[in-house]
Amino acid sequence: MNAPAPGQLTSSLLYLDGVSVSFDGFKAIRGLSLTIEPGEMRAIIGPNGAGKTTMMDIITGKTKPDVGTVMFGGKVDLTKLDEAAIANLGIGRKFQKPTVFDFHTIEDNILLALKAPRDVRRTLFWNTAASQQKRIDDILGIIKLGDARDRLAGSLSHGQKQWLEIGMLLAQDPKLLLVDEPAAGMTDGETAETAVLLKEIARDHSVIVVEHDMGFIRELGVKVTVLHEGSVLAEGPLDQVSANERVVEVYLGR
Amino acid sequence: MITRFLLQNMDRRGYVFLGLIAALAVLMPLSNLLLPVGSAFHVPTSTMSLWGKYLCYALLAISLDLVWGYCGILSLGHGAFFALGGYAMGMYLMRQIGSRGVYGNPVLPDFMVFLNWQELPWYWYGFSSFPFAMLMVLAVPGLLAFVFGWFAFRSRVTGVYLSIITQALTYALLLAFFRNDMGFGGNNGLTDFKDIVGFNVQAQTTRAALFAMTCVMLIAGFLIARGIVVSKLGKVVIAIRDAESRTRFLGYRVDRFKLFVFTVSACMAGVAGALYVPQVGIINPSEFNPANSIETVIWVAIGGRGTLVGAALGAVVVNWAKTVFTSGFMAPYWLFALGGLFVFVTLFMPKGILGTAQEWWGKRRKPTPTAAPAPAPAE
Amino acid sequence: MLCLLRLLRSLAVAMVLFAPPALAQSAEEAFTRLNADSFSDTARAVDILIATAHPQAAPIIEALAESRLLAGGGAVVVRTREGGFIDARTGQTLPAQPAGLSPVRLNNNLRRVVQAALGGLGLLNPDASKRTLAAEAVFKSRDVSLLPVLEAAIGKETDAKARAALRQAQAAILIAKTDAPPFDRIAAIDVLRERGDQDALATLRSLPGDASQALKEAQTRAITEIEGRLAVWRAAQNLWYGLSLGSVLLLAAIGLAITFGVMGVINMAHGEMVMLGAYTTFIVQEIIRTSFPGLFPYSLAIALPLAFLVAGLVGIAIERGVIRFLYGRPLETLLATWGISLILQQAVRTAFGPTNREVGAPAFMSGAFELGGLAITWNRLWIIVFAMLVFASLLAILRLTPIGLQMRAVTQNRRMASAMGIRTGRVDALTFGLGSGVAGLAGVALSQIDNVSPNLGQSYIIDSFMVVVFGGVGNLWGTLVGAMTLGVANKLLEPYAGAVLAKIALLVLIILFIQKRPRGLFALKGRAVEA
Repeated sequence: MNAPAPGQLTSSLLYLDGVSVSFDGFKAIRGLSLTIEPGEMRAIIGPNGAGKTTMMDIITGKTKPDVGTVMFGGKVDLTKLDEAAIANLGIGRKFQKPTVFDFHTIEDNILLALKAPRDVRRTLFWNTAASQQKRIDDILGIIKLGDARDRLAGSLSHGQKQWLEIGMLLAQDPKLLLVDEPAAGMTDGETAETAVLLKEIARDHSVIVVEHDMGFIRELGVKVTVLHEGSVLAEGPLDQVSANERVVEVYLGR
Repeated sequence: MITRFLLQNMDRRGYVFLGLIAALAVLMPLSNLLLPVGSAFHVPTSTMSLWGKYLCYALLAISLDLVWGYCGILSLGHGAFFALGGYAMGMYLMRQIGSRGVYGNPVLPDFMVFLNWQELPWYWYGFSSFPFAMLMVLAVPGLLAFVFGWFAFRSRVTGVYLSIITQALTYALLLAFFRNDMGFGGNNGLTDFKDIVGFNVQAQTTRAALFAMTCVMLIAGFLIARGIVVSKLGKVVIAIRDAESRTRFLGYRVDRFKLFVFTVSACMAGVAGALYVPQVGIINPSEFNPANSIETVIWVAIGGRGTLVGAALGAVVVNWAKTVFTSGFMAPYWLFALGGLFVFVTLFMPKGILGTAQEWWGKRRKPTPTAAPAPAPAE
Repeated sequence: MLCLLRLLRSLAVAMVLFAPPALAQSAEEAFTRLNADSFSDTARAVDILIATAHPQAAPIIEALAESRLLAGGGAVVVRTREGGFIDARTGQTLPAQPAGLSPVRLNNNLRRVVQAALGGLGLLNPDASKRTLAAEAVFKSRDVSLLPVLEAAIGKETDAKARAALRQAQAAILIAKTDAPPFDRIAAIDVLRERGDQDALATLRSLPGDASQALKEAQTRAITEIEGRLAVWRAAQNLWYGLSLGSVLLLAAIGLAITFGVMGVINMAHGEMVMLGAYTTFIVQEIIRTSFPGLFPYSLAIALPLAFLVAGLVGIAIERGVIRFLYGRPLETLLATWGISLILQQAVRTAFGPTNREVGAPAFMSGAFELGGLAITWNRLWIIVFAMLVFASLLAILRLTPIGLQMRAVTQNRRMASAMGIRTGRVDALTFGLGSGVAGLAGVALSQIDNVSPNLGQSYIIDSFMVVVFGGVGNLWGTLVGAMTLGVANKLLEPYAGAVLAKIALLVLIILFIQKRPRGLFALKGRAVEA
């Protein structure tokens, strides 16, 4: 296992140790340990059912672990918080299936994600300040949807929705981004562009990327963690991990 | 600031609606009071009261549209908030009767004397004061909605489960209000009202004033509901309707937003009930009947949910049809028609009258797209 | 009073000196005295008739009490209530009224003697069940004058049940009789304690206030014990009512558990399927009444498959005609099926009228029996049995049959099932038909205990939803547990809160419960739930 020494604990942005969770007797995660350093970008791979999505559910508060520690920023216990509190701490999530608000315009989607007070009173009497409008425009530019800002998000193509969701993540300006299969359903060109975008984001954010596409991972060029049956099977640079016999075995079957 | 909040982004449809209601508020009472009975433009008092009732229903429909159309909460118990507002008003009106009741008791309403009660229950205190009663019209439905919603939304009861327990809520209240010892007149409810703020409830001028007041409240309710749905909070609420879990991951406390909208909506329904009672002259437990609440849903569905104006339109259209139907030889067929409406609207007109009309209108003047052409979709 | 004491003495003496040869002679003396036209002689005659246990004693004394006893010229004749005449000595019917007779007169004193004698007569009746009844009557009247007769009757009683009744009657008298030996009175308290019902409790409470300490203690102990026992029986009775209500709820809800639980379809017209089942029963019975009266005992058996078919076919029609266009839109389904329920109700109202229809009960469904301290009606018992049978068969259908397998497959993964060659549309229709058909079966059962009117279904729909939601969706066992829990909880709350408040309390509790466990008692967990 790759559990960090106790001294490292406070410096890690995200720290998972001995996390297990089961659904109706099925152990989706067993003794998972993982640390992400501030500013780090990490790719997570693993076959179906390895527990990747469940891991994200645990980090974002959707699922509570049966046992284990989940710490954020060295001092906040994420297992005690709900989704909204965790999101407001600075953890953003992009879902495997792109989920945008279909009946809102693209601009409104970004507006809703924009870092701002989330309480009822201040959302009711909200006015978009000029600086905030500029930030929205910037993000629309980054995700190349500036011209389509008034269209309903529901009318976007799959790839555009993926980008819109990444744009929403940017607007949230989180400390840590969890990105679930950003390249799924994209053309090669789009995949490459997404990789560039993610690398750009990773310059001032910590990012966890879950992906199946090895080419995409290679393009990111970051440390890889391989999950299998709910725990870490291997960790390291992609070349080293893909040479690992057990990883090959898991991916190709016996 | 409040004006700006209420009128932001007002569209043509909204102005038409406001204009129409404002015109009704002025013209109908004037024609009723000033024109001679024989005149072609004279509106009889009964017709005016009938329309007053429709407009109360319209306000109820708008309140339901706010939670269902925009927030996705299908409340099958909104009739309960309407009835509670109505009871609050009814209690005020009962206290105004004073010693003019059949038994002539200066404090106790007739039904309490009949039940041999010696003193006024504590929860009737204060209802002789109009401002207090009006506060209760808002507070009682609002508080119930708040408590109920606080439990329900916090534990993430959604969809049909929520619908079913809202139905159970109004059903429980129905059973409770039927009981004589609840102190709300049991089966007969509250009736035989005499005065409202010193004016005879039956008088033509009072009725005209009540009608105008209903229009004013409908306008106010519409403006508040509109203000909410076009604000950023409204966008959050729509986001909750379409992707609740995603909204939560953006950091919005979904339960609090739902609670806010639900409570505001319940208060609005309470006001509608309070205006309804003096105009129909009675409030009884049947208003809590779950069937009434579901009927309200169909008004909204027929008019077009998520449009506010459509909800009001649906309420007036369906109730007008009901009046026409049930007063003639077709009375036995009204339930067939109503039942058929439920099926027809859900199957063939999911967007309601207004939504369908809008779509149709949109198609006819399509040629000038405002949005930029979409980038080539990824393959 | 004197007169009474005399009667008692004579009765006691007569019992002790039970000697058949002397009888005939003594009885003859009675008839002579009845002819004497004097109140004291008449009283003496009554004594003798009782003491000698004359076979005609009962009709004679009854006739005397009602001024139907005629005497004159040595003859004594009873005029029957119907107006015939009977020779009092032999009991033989006389062809006509003999001449020269006049009624034997009564005064108040004599009336009392006659009443007491009548009570005592029953205790000596040759029929054991009549003796028991008479003893029960004495138990209630606590007529102290009958004590000697009672004691005599106990002495020669052979029937165990009658003996127990007699002893209880004796105890009831003794307990209030301050001059009885204290030992006997304590024994009496014991007898009453063993009897242990509400009447025994009332009798025990009648112990005079000036009783001795020992008696009072015994009384308190006995009362506590009886009250404890009665409370247990009451609880058991409420439990029984609860199970009965629970099985009714189960019947009403189990079809819903299939359509809502398995298919995710909110069928607000479910109650109307129950109503259709009840009306099918009504029609079947009407046809049987007019055309085949001999079949009436089988009417329910005939109605069951028909009700299943009628409700099932209507269900399939609804599914194919409306619901299938609304899959994935549960709120719209709810509204559309509500509309259908309005139409069905109005259709039935138009066809059969808005009033209640009479559905008869076959012999095996009527009546009641007692089990210990429980009163159990046959119709409730059969409904519980029927509910369990329906539950077991549904479980078997879902578990064991191919269509059950297909249903479960479609529930879990519609597209996959479709890819495997399952015709999902057909499965949907059949599942819905099954759920509706079961509701029809419920209607047959409910027609036996509820009013058959167009509103029948409406009164069950909210309760049924509560059961399914409480028990947890997609799990028939949850529905069973949910129905029974709600039924029993309702009936256990009722004695404290009254029927309406109990129901309200339960609704509120369920509302709170759903907050705690939004998916019911037996909910599935994990990722599948969110999908």
